[in-house]
Amino acid sequence: MLGSDAILRSLEAEGVDVAFGIPGGAVLPTYDAIARGTSVRHVLARHEQGAGHMAEGYARASGKVGVAIATSGPGATNLVTAIADAWMDSTPLVCITGQVRADLIGTDAFQEIDITGITMPVVKHSWLVQDVEELPSVLKAAFHVARTGRQGPVLVDVAKDVQEAELDFSYPVDVDLPGWRPPSKVHPRQVREAALAIHAAERPIVYAGGGVLNADACAELRALVDAAQLPAVVTLMGKGCLPDSHPLNYGAPGMHGSKYANWALNKADLVIAVGARFDDRVTGRLSAFAPGAKVIHFDIDAAEVGKIRHAEIPVVGPLKLGLAQLAAEVSAVAADGAPDRGPWLRRLDDWRERFPFRYAKGDGVLKPQTALEALRDTAASLEEDVVWTTGVGQHQMWAMQYLVCDRPRSFITSGGLGTMGYGLPAAIGAKAARPDATVVCVDGDGCFQMTCQELATAALERLPVVAVVLNNGWLGMVRQWQEMFYDERFAQTHLTNAVPDYAQLAEAYGAAGFTVESEDQLEDALAGAFAAGRTAVVDVRCDPTEKCFPMVPAGAAAVDVLEAPVEEAVA
Amino acid sequence: MTTHTLSVRLENRPGALARVSQLFSRRGYNIQSLAVGTTERPDISRLTLRVDCSEQSLEQIEKQMHKLVNVLRVTELRPDDSLERELALITVAVPPDKRADLVALSQVAGAVVADVGRDAITFEVVGRPSELEAFEELVRPYGVRELVRTGRIGLRRPSRNERN
Repeated sequence: MLGSDAILRSLEAEGVDVAFGIPGGAVLPTYDAIARGTSVRHVLARHEQGAGHMAEGYARASGKVGVAIATSGPGATNLVTAIADAWMDSTPLVCITGQVRADLIGTDAFQEIDITGITMPVVKHSWLVQDVEELPSVLKAAFHVARTGRQGPVLVDVAKDVQEAELDFSYPVDVDLPGWRPPSKVHPRQVREAALAIHAAERPIVYAGGGVLNADACAELRALVDAAQLPAVVTLMGKGCLPDSHPLNYGAPGMHGSKYANWALNKADLVIAVGARFDDRVTGRLSAFAPGAKVIHFDIDAAEVGKIRHAEIPVVGPLKLGLAQLAAEVSAVAADGAPDRGPWLRRLDDWRERFPFRYAKGDGVLKPQTALEALRDTAASLEEDVVWTTGVGQHQMWAMQYLVCDRPRSFITSGGLGTMGYGLPAAIGAKAARPDATVVCVDGDGCFQMTCQELATAALERLPVVAVVLNNGWLGMVRQWQEMFYDERFAQTHLTNAVPDYAQLAEAYGAAGFTVESEDQLEDALAGAFAAGRTAVVDVRCDPTEKCFPMVPAGAAAVDVLEAPVEEAVA
Repeated sequence: MTTHTLSVRLENRPGALARVSQLFSRRGYNIQSLAVGTTERPDISRLTLRVDCSEQSLEQIEKQMHKLVNVLRVTELRPDDSLERELALITVAVPPDKRADLVALSQVAGAVVADVGRDAITFEVVGRPSELEAFEELVRPYGVRELVRTGRIGLRRPSRNERN
């Protein structure tokens, strides 16, 4: 068998059903193997960054490892943003790149680039394969490393002559990685201590992040929250790990989180961090974050525990197991009477009632929040599996605030890296993973233009998605910072809302295009887009001056969150 | 901030050392010295690293290094529990008439003459880092022309292992 065929047989052995990529010189033998036949569906992207984000969307929507394939040189460097994104958000990814022939490596050959070197800071591990005999064991190890422990991206760079070389293929059963030993259990004493602390706390709060989704520990988290009557805040990356409509879910904390979520953390006497990493966008000024609280920190990655905030009770290990054990332990500790959470929950409910998300409906100007409310209601009326993806910026924060996600893996976004252009390709990848779901990308106009060439992929690969572009004609979040912190000097943020005409752009790609210029056009356009039966783009022209609130200014204490100005706000 | 010595067992594979040094620069840790070489097993290398950092950062460094797939084990070598050695080559300028003095001096200090030139001698010194520094001070008045140190290597003392 040839090395190229061995790559495909390895992907099949790993249960990969879809891979995303673009062929090119150094990876041609592997594409030739695809032509010879494989059960892996290959989705042809229009840019390798798109292929990478598709693989991420696929991974986030399915819980499986995403696979992206690219050629050497520019193909590989175009993947770098997606690899970095997957690194920051712990998305399991195997990226396979072609490399120049082994005898040309190091000579600055055509399209030769040291991609293992370039990606070293943003992968869990990488391999440069120059011996065809190593190929099966490397791919086995690659998938194993990507999906075990804290998930994340790996890269396998395969010299072209390795793809062309003969080998006796057999896919290994075991991996031989003596240096890779992620924890497989949690320490019972730490779990016991955590349970005692929860029992003793008057004002506990769960702070749940994306790790809960990655660990497939949502049911366990919910059981814990229910058993111990623990209120919870859920980060942007964790959205959906606990149903948004669960009464104990107080939503997202952080820079654009709710006032009540930020206050809950601020007034808590115990923070139970679960698969979350105390990101600066959540904590605000660290010294003022949860100042009166002890911290229990559950994480699969020991390096996250104590990295930012000291954890009085560290619990390192798999969350699914750890949370189940904690729920049992909490119930055992509370056998003689559970603590009364009433007063604390009443305070939180009071704040939630007093400080809801709010904005002023304009006189004839369509507000982006109104569009999201309409989108939320349209999606709710579908009674279908809905998966949301977003780009990065104001629209992303409003999506976090206004969309309701009651199921895991229904909100897919770029958190850590903040990659504009993530939304559309991630939606296409999610659609490939869950063909029966309705996949909706909520995007901004700035983001959309960074990867909108993937409309061709959506149209031609029959992966229909709905893209709702909240088009304010500006790089909105940057504009907001310029208005608030740079004396309204709007340097290089005006994109215009007319160029391009997104509905026409959609039509050019074989998708359906809709334009919404006022609130009364919203419902029909969204209904039309959802019913189009093909990829649809809804260009929602909205108020360019609308700012995203609440907001914790950078470096401020999270408790001092700014709300939408009262005089113009309607609750 | 104090200086800590870390001993790292590392798979002997291409790029493994680069991953460790990349991690240090990426996370802003300052390496004072780094020595790497083979061990009792040909597939494993041992790194001895000297870093300036707080206790808390040291814990972070160890945890981050453990996440590298090629890293097998990270241990801190505490001065009381470990042996540390270093090798230096020092070329000292010396006119022929002072050569005998210098050689006599070096023998007292435990250095070995590695090479003799017309107006210079290269010494080889092996010992604890403090001994190397002492020798350097000793010959400095003659004029040190070139100096190279390997960076320290270390091992845990077996006598301490037995007691623990």
